[in-house]
Parts: sequence; structure tokens; C-alpha cells
Amino acid sequence: MSALAGTRHLVRLALRRDRVALPIWVLVIGLLPASTAGAYAQLYPDAASRASLTAGMRTNPSITLLYGPPFDLSTAGGFTAWRFGVFGPVFLALACIFTVTRHTRQEEDTGRQELLSSTVTGRYAALTAALITTGLGAVGTGLLVALGLTGAGLPAAGSVAFGLGTALTGLVFAAVAAVAAQLAEYSRTANGIAAAMLGIAFALRAVGDSATDISWLSWLSPLGWSTQIRPFAGDRWAVALLLLAAALAVGWGAYLLLPRRDVGMGIFPSRPGPPVAAPGLRSPFALAWRMHRGVLIGWIVGFAVFGAMFGSLAAGIGDIVGDSAQAQQMFERLGGAQNLVDTFLAAIASIFGMVAAMYAVQATLRMRSEETALRLEPLLATRVRRLQWAASHLVFSLLGTALLLLVAGLFAGLLHGLRVGDVSGQVPAVIGATLAQVPAVWVVVGISVVVFGFAPKFATLAWAVAAVFLLLSLFGPVVRVPQVVLDISPFTHVPKLPSAEFAVTPFAWLLGVAVVTLGAGLARFQRRDIG
Amino acid sequence: MDNAISIEGLHKSFGATKALDDLDLQVKTGEVHGFLGPNGSGKSTTIRVLLGLLRADRGTVRLLGGDPWRDAASLHHRLAYVPGDVNLWPNLSGGEVIDLLGRLRGGLDKQRRDQLIERFDLDPKKKGRTYSKGNRQKVAIVAALSSDVELLILDEPTSGLDPLMEATFQYAIQEEREKGRTVLLSSHILAEVEALCDRVSIIRNGRTVETGTLSELRHLTRTSIVAELAGHPNGLSSLSEVHDLKVDGNRVRFDVETHSLDEVLRKLTEVGVRSLTSQPPTLEELFLRHYTAEASAR
Repeated sequence: MSALAGTRHLVRLALRRDRVALPIWVLVIGLLPASTAGAYAQLYPDAASRASLTAGMRTNPSITLLYGPPFDLSTAGGFTAWRFGVFGPVFLALACIFTVTRHTRQEEDTGRQELLSSTVTGRYAALTAALITTGLGAVGTGLLVALGLTGAGLPAAGSVAFGLGTALTGLVFAAVAAVAAQLAEYSRTANGIAAAMLGIAFALRAVGDSATDISWLSWLSPLGWSTQIRPFAGDRWAVALLLLAAALAVGWGAYLLLPRRDVGMGIFPSRPGPPVAAPGLRSPFALAWRMHRGVLIGWIVGFAVFGAMFGSLAAGIGDIVGDSAQAQQMFERLGGAQNLVDTFLAAIASIFGMVAAMYAVQATLRMRSEETALRLEPLLATRVRRLQWAASHLVFSLLGTALLLLVAGLFAGLLHGLRVGDVSGQVPAVIGATLAQVPAVWVVVGISVVVFGFAPKFATLAWAVAAVFLLLSLFGPVVRVPQVVLDISPFTHVPKLPSAEFAVTPFAWLLGVAVVTLGAGLARFQRRDIG
Repeated sequence: MDNAISIEGLHKSFGATKALDDLDLQVKTGEVHGFLGPNGSGKSTTIRVLLGLLRADRGTVRLLGGDPWRDAASLHHRLAYVPGDVNLWPNLSGGEVIDLLGRLRGGLDKQRRDQLIERFDLDPKKKGRTYSKGNRQKVAIVAALSSDVELLILDEPTSGLDPLMEATFQYAIQEEREKGRTVLLSSHILAEVEALCDRVSIIRNGRTVETGTLSELRHLTRTSIVAELAGHPNGLSSLSEVHDLKVDGNRVRFDVETHSLDEVLRKLTEVGVRSLTSQPPTLEELFLRHYTAEASAR
């Protein structure tokens, strides 16, 4: 029997299982860039405005930190490639990671892999099928990017270069996820490892792109390579080879690791646990803590690192472009405030808020995965009440997100304060800015609980809601989405602290919505069937 | 209080699928009650209603004198449950799960716990998925049996156990019965039901089709007779209670409804009996009759 026997059938099975999710991410990520290309001419109608945009952005480290270096903003193509050069590949990488894990480690997690392995399937069939399925998605996305941009009237070469860079970055992280699936015993851990690698890649590129003396750091990151292809600004095809080589090399690693472990096990053997439970393990909360702590600690480390990074770069923005009228203009378009540094901090706080919302969804949907894994049933057959159990998880969704934002604010404020010599003033100010996001994040928690209560079978919809909020905030203003639509996102309503005036009304509204949705979702959960 | 569990006219649908259709179940306090039925007949659904996990559409359900949906948490203080599909938390050891479930139930007997772990030959240090199906079930069984409760609800608790452990389980349940505990045992293992159960209920398509003690149920079915007669048998074939009659010279072989044994034996002795073997219906036959009735009804 060939080691790849049955791969074709497994690919068809995977495509059938992903028939809704895969086309959605391919379409959304594939068509986003083209939607911006059209807006460019309206935003920057003449040569003068384009020249000033280029000059302003190129010297602004806070912009390059988030979006990558702008190589040529004088054309619609160059502008689009810059605006989506980082986040396009990042979103595709996330989609690829989740897809690979879903069809490899998660299948082993649930025991379904055993059933499949007992049929005529080769040793490498499952991994290969997962990579082919994900690869089809990534390549499809790249094709759509290229076709969309060409369709919008941009040069074909640049469009293809951009699509290629995006698709190859997706493939690199598909390979990373394939390795993580060999190392980790559980799909949650596998996703965590791969997502952490993506975070490191983003951080390396962010620091390298925004600091002139250590710009070589960007060349250590696949996300750096995809921007360095420079679509519409030179089209350096050779850089794409780096991505291809990395995807093949890392993918090869997964194939080397696979035969060195048993089906269902990780490469590291599982350690035995204590024969009796610690005295403290006697409540639903204690159990929830055991389930959430690893993930929460990982997120805290991530928020601390990114907080410190953004905080240490904040002051530089004022130094370099403090008097650049063009940058001021751009910032006003982004946030609309006078103080550049404060606007930057506000923008960062908003990003932290939206990323914390991702943790909120993950922590809240843990309830659904416990339910479907049949681990809720035995608990509810004890004295544990439904609301008590839900509360034990919601503590992490609600207080966990507040903690994450506090940590991000603390580290950003501390590093920024150290640089400008005002720790006592900056730490509370920046913490205030990040904590201001909490009510908006709680709205996302509330919406997730509503989905969990009313439509548990469609619990993953909560991810779509959080993703829509993120996309609206990141790309909505730049492509001039109507305000009515932007207002859907709770993050639109958060006052842009520390520069903006503090206002009670938006917080009261957001908290009100959060309370009502939480209450409604829990009330429904209290009365619905379990299972 | 006479009945630990009392269900009358229970209905439960999932969308268009009728899972329970007018189900009745009475479990007396202090008895071990066998709960039988083919796969998908509604046993687990009934148990989930009893645990307050599912809400009944119609019918009355009383559990230990309370309403399982409304009083779930206070009733659960007095019962322990072993699910049919045991899934453990991946990062918790078996020992931790046993202790946690026991504590959440309101305390467990430490000595009984250690004794059961030893008897079931369970390694409490292993974690989540490193246990086999049978060992995961042992974790749930030990957790349930080491709690001090009035009622045990067991949903196919031994489907993954080896014969040795099956015997250990039967012994442990006998002990529970001697302590006066009530047990609802859903099972497919007929020897186990025969060894343990005072009364059984058989359900089919979400409806109770038979309930009673094993001897009562046996009475409803047929006994196989093989007899060597003094002469040629006459008139046997005309009896409506005689089935599958085979005559070979003076030798006869047939099945007879148990309640008409008297009448048939009189017929045989009229002719004169040289030898006779009578085989009471086995449980298998009893259940197969009910199970296959469903298959042919489909």
C-alpha cells in the first residue's frame, strides 16, 4: 500500500466538510484588496496629494509598524499592495493554520482519524490531504487577489506578484501548522503554537520595518518577505523563492516528524498526572481554570510583548514626523485628533481591543466545545447548576479580556513612559486607553453567548461576527464604508483615548448592550436542551 | 416513597424525529432495574430527561420525589451517573476526575474510592486520552460508586469492559444493592441483566413494550420441548399454542407458549412419554423477539 493511498478521497472529504467556511475565507481575503484599489482614485485624486502621501507615510514608523513599508504610494497598485501587504497574508495565514489543524490534529483529537486510518489510507494521506485542501484555498485566494486587482485595472505583473506573495505566505504557515500538528497532542495547542509563530513573524517584521538601524529583522520573517516582493513597485520575483523554499522546507519537516509518533499522540509523550486531585479542585471554576490557564497565559505573554513593542515605538513617531503636514493629514483621516503620539496610542489600543475580542470568542466558545465533547453532561449530573458552570467560563471571557488589555496598556505605557521620561503620567493614560476597549469587547462576549444560547449548532458564527468588526475597523475607513455600517462595530463607538475626551454615554451604551446580550443568551441556555 | 423513578406518558421530539413516544417507566426504591432496548430506541434520551439535561415535551417525570428539570441541582446531590460515552478532560488525570466529580456531587468515600481503583485495576495517574474506552468507563464507574448516593443511573456502563472487569462490576453493583441503593441499569449485556436486575423494562421506538420481573417476562414467551413418545402424536398440530412442530416417527420437537404448558403436556401424556427435555426461554430469545419485532415493523 502506498503511503499516500486514499489521499484523493480524504481531500474530497475535507472539501465537503469545509464547503461553507473555505469559500468564505477565500472570497473575503481574495477580494478585499481589489475593493481598496477603486477607492484610491477618490481618496488621492491628483499627483500632488499622492506625492505628499508617499512622503508622509514613508517616514512614519507607526504606519510601517502596522502596515509595512510603503514602497510606492503614487499608484493605486502600490497603495493597495502597501495597505494589504501585511494583513492580507496574516489573515490568510490564520485561515490556513486553522484549516490544517482542523484536518490533522483535530481529527486525531476526536478519534475520527483512527476510523479513517483503519481504511485503505496511507500513513501520509491525512497530512497530505489537509495540505492539499489548504493549498487549494491559499492558491485560490492568491488567484482571486491577482484577478481582482487586474480586473480593477491595475498592471498584471504587480497583481500577480501580490497574489503570489499572499498565497505563498499562506502556504508557509500551512506548513508551520503541519509541524505544530505533529508536536502538539491537542488541536488547541497546535493552533496556539502555529499562531504564536505567526505572531513572532509579525513582531520581527514590525520592528524591522519601523526601525532603520535593525531593518534586517524583517528579512527573518515570512511576512517581511511577502512585503519585500514589492508588488507594483519593482516586482522582485526572486524574493518569492524564499517563501516557496520556506514552505517546502517546513512542510518537509512535518513529513519527517509524522512517522516518529503514534496516531493520536504528540511527539512528546504525555506525562502522568497526580493520582489524587489537589484539595482546591472542587468547583466548576477550579476545573475551568485548569482548562483555560495555558491559553490565557499564552495570550498574556503575547499582549505584554506587543504592548512593550508598540509602547517603545510610540515616542519615535513624534520625533520623526511631528511637523509633517502630510502625516498629520493621514492621521486625521485614520483617527482624527491633533496629537500624533496620542492618536497612535489610541489606534494601538483599538487594535488590542479587537484582538482581545478574538480571545473573548475563543474563551466563550470553549463552553460549546465542552458541550459537544460530552464533558458538560457528567458535570450537570452533579450539583453544578447551568448558570454556575457558564459563569466559570465567562469569568475568562470577561475578566480575562480585561486582564489582557490591562497588561497591554501597562507594558505599552511603561515602555513609552520610560522613553519620554514620564512613567507616572503615561502608564495610567495608556492603561486608560486600553481598558476603554473593555465594554466593546464585552459586547462581543455577549453576542457569542447569544449564539451559544440560541443557536448552539452555529456557535462558530461568533468568530465571523468578531472578524467583521475587525475588518470594518481596519479597512472600513480607508475604503469609505458608510458610517452607518461602521457603527455596527462596537469598537467604532469607543472614545479614542488618551487624545479624545472621555465620554460616559458610549460606555454606558456598550455596557448596556453587553449586559442585555449576556442575559438573553444565558436565559436561553438555562432553558434549552443540552447536547 | 415507593418509586425512585416514575415516568408516565413521556414524549420528546428533536425537530421532526420522535425520540420518545409515550414512554412509561417505574423504578421502585431499592431495586436494580434493567433498562433495555435496541440501539436508538430512546434509552439515553430517557436518561437525559431524568438528569434534567433535556426538557420533556409532554408527560410526567418524577425523580426521587422531585421534578428533574426544575430541581436538577438539588436532586443531583442524591444520584450518580455513568454516561454511555465517557469523555475525560485531556489535561486531568483519572484520579483527579474521580475526585472532582465526587466533590461536585457532594463528597466521596475516600476508602471506597481507593478500594474500587484497586479492584478495577485502574491507573489513576494517566491523563485524558491516554486511557482506553474501557478505562475511561472505569474512571466514571469508580467516580459514581464511591459517592454516597441513593440512586445510580448507569447508561451502558460496561460496554467497553473485559469479562474480568465485568465480573468486578457485577460484584460492586450487588454491594450497592445490599446497601439499599436504587439502580437504573441500561445494558445490552443480557447475562449482566439476568445476574443483577430485579425487574426490567424493554423499550422500542421510544415506547415501553414490556415491563416486569424476569420470570414474569419469561412467562410471556415460549418453551422448547423435545419428547420421545410411546406412539404417534395426535392433535398436537391443531393446538394454536404449539409452534414449529417437527414430527420424526415418535419423536416430536416444538415450541409452546409457556402459559399453555399444562394443556400440551396432558396431550403428550395421553400418548405416553418415554423421555422429555424442556428448555425455558433464554433471555436472548426474549429480547430477540422484541428487538426483531422492531426490525420487521420498520
